[in-house]
Amino acid sequence: MASYIARRSLILVLSLFVAAIVLFALLRLLPGDPANALLGVGATPEQIAAARAQIGSDQPLTVQFARFVTSLARFDFGTSFVSKAPVLGEIANRMSVTAPLTLAGFFVAVIIAVPLGIVAAARADRWYGAAISVFSQFGIAIPVFWLGILLVALFAIRWRIFPSGGFPLKGWERPGEAAVALALPVLTVALVIAASLVRYVRASTLDVLSSDYLRTARALGARFPEALVRHGIRNGAVPVVSVLGIELATTLLGAVVVERVFALPGLGSMLLLAIQQRDYPNVQGVLFVSTLIVLLIGFAADILQRFIDPRLRTTGADR
Amino acid sequence: MTAVVASAPRRGASWTWRIGLALVGLHVVVGLLTLVWTPYDPGAMTGGRLSPPSLAHWAGTDRLGRDVLTEVMIGSRIALQVGIGAVSIGAAIGITIGIIAAFATRWRDDALAATLDILIAFPTLLIAMLVVAASEQASLGTAILALGIALSAVVARLTRILAKRVIQTDYVTAARVSGSSWLAIVREHVLPNIWPTLSVNLALQFGLAVIAEASLSYLGLGAPPPNASWGRLLQEAQGTVYSAPFGAIVPGLALVSLTIGVNLFADGLRDLADPLRRGRG
Repeated sequence: MASYIARRSLILVLSLFVAAIVLFALLRLLPGDPANALLGVGATPEQIAAARAQIGSDQPLTVQFARFVTSLARFDFGTSFVSKAPVLGEIANRMSVTAPLTLAGFFVAVIIAVPLGIVAAARADRWYGAAISVFSQFGIAIPVFWLGILLVALFAIRWRIFPSGGFPLKGWERPGEAAVALALPVLTVALVIAASLVRYVRASTLDVLSSDYLRTARALGARFPEALVRHGIRNGAVPVVSVLGIELATTLLGAVVVERVFALPGLGSMLLLAIQQRDYPNVQGVLFVSTLIVLLIGFAADILQRFIDPRLRTTGADR
Repeated sequence: MTAVVASAPRRGASWTWRIGLALVGLHVVVGLLTLVWTPYDPGAMTGGRLSPPSLAHWAGTDRLGRDVLTEVMIGSRIALQVGIGAVSIGAAIGITIGIIAAFATRWRDDALAATLDILIAFPTLLIAMLVVAASEQASLGTAILALGIALSAVVARLTRILAKRVIQTDYVTAARVSGSSWLAIVREHVLPNIWPTLSVNLALQFGLAVIAEASLSYLGLGAPPPNASWGRLLQEAQGTVYSAPFGAIVPGLALVSLTIGVNLFADGLRDLADPLRRGRG
């Protein structure tokens, strides 16, 4: 186990390094010198040189890269070209919207998907078992933003149950308003993620149902639900946990898109605005932080999977 | 219990597969048709603004008076371009790297496998957003390229795992001993054996690529009209979703029908390729 964690940590660190290279390369591909973003149209050559010196884009690429990596490692993303505010503070600020949206969406999705998936497998021959499978087919084919638009049309415009978008200016100082503002976005993300999770839970339950140990338990006199709970859950959970990490990362990306539907001031809208304004420090900060989160989620999911499935620890099935 | 599970979806699988094929076929026909004919000129202001469906405009008009059906039909062509383009790029790069990794010896294989693990961890949509933003002008080509590259890591990892399994079989050892070349083994044994599973995955990736491009377009990072994708149409229709719901519903339905069609088609392919998996969602 320890050697696996060490190996997996190494991959995590290497991944972050590759992420830094990719980010560095892509940001250098952006049109024009980043210094241009600091200046107006009629800047003199002296001003341009000063701006380049300030940003460091007059240095050789290797020096720029070394500086880039060390500042990322210290979580120093600089200050925004546009607002002059520190990037990290802005990200933390935006996270107060994106993090609750992602986590709540994910947990609601799990709460919806696990019972539905088990029922869909155990009762595959009934109409509701089939209906759940159809729901999941639709769910994985629907883009999250379209579902959001439809939910707004129904819940916000037609029935006026929830606001159609926006977030209280005071944020979580008004917890009631903030929670209501996030209700519909959370539902949107949760439904889409639940639909794809249902497939894994269902497939995993089907495996459990056709397993020899379940048949043996039944032969020994255990009733069906009892046998399923006692032997099925831990066995069935392993493949599901392995996709939970991917699903949580997908939830984060879904949240980024959904923020646009509901005009929420989160990480996603920060990134879009930064791209439009060519605000490189902000683009770089958001991309690095979100990649870091996705990588950490994958790391945690892999470790967790080995905790619940001892078989994976001894065999060489690391990959 | 098992008998029910095994037999019922088997019948189901064959008709869901046909639905999938029909939906994909419909989009292919419509997409090809737009090359020679559309109900109205794309981008032309053809009637009243936000008018409801009528005989002249089957899906109504948008806020600029453009025919929604025309835009949605062109969206079919764009979506197919995105799917085919991204999957082709992803498959070309991914299969090549995957096969090389499968044949590589110990440490090289480890290094390639670790690299693929690293690349897969990257959030596709974020990278695609950045690549599209990095290009001077948002175009369909950059989006397709970005999605194709993002998807190639997934294909490479799957190819490597599948190909390794084939390479370890006795008949490949026999072929090696009898002096078959590396390329001959790949062509005669590896590719035919991994193709059934791989093609199913590629079909699923097609659907994901279409959704990802629509998301990019929805976020305003896609190609501008008149070659707009469904994502852009949905973004434009969002503000008028209640007064003119058709503009927001029809492009979405088109997108969902294509992605569901591709997914059902992939499920059918999988059942054909592997009878043991019949009945699994």
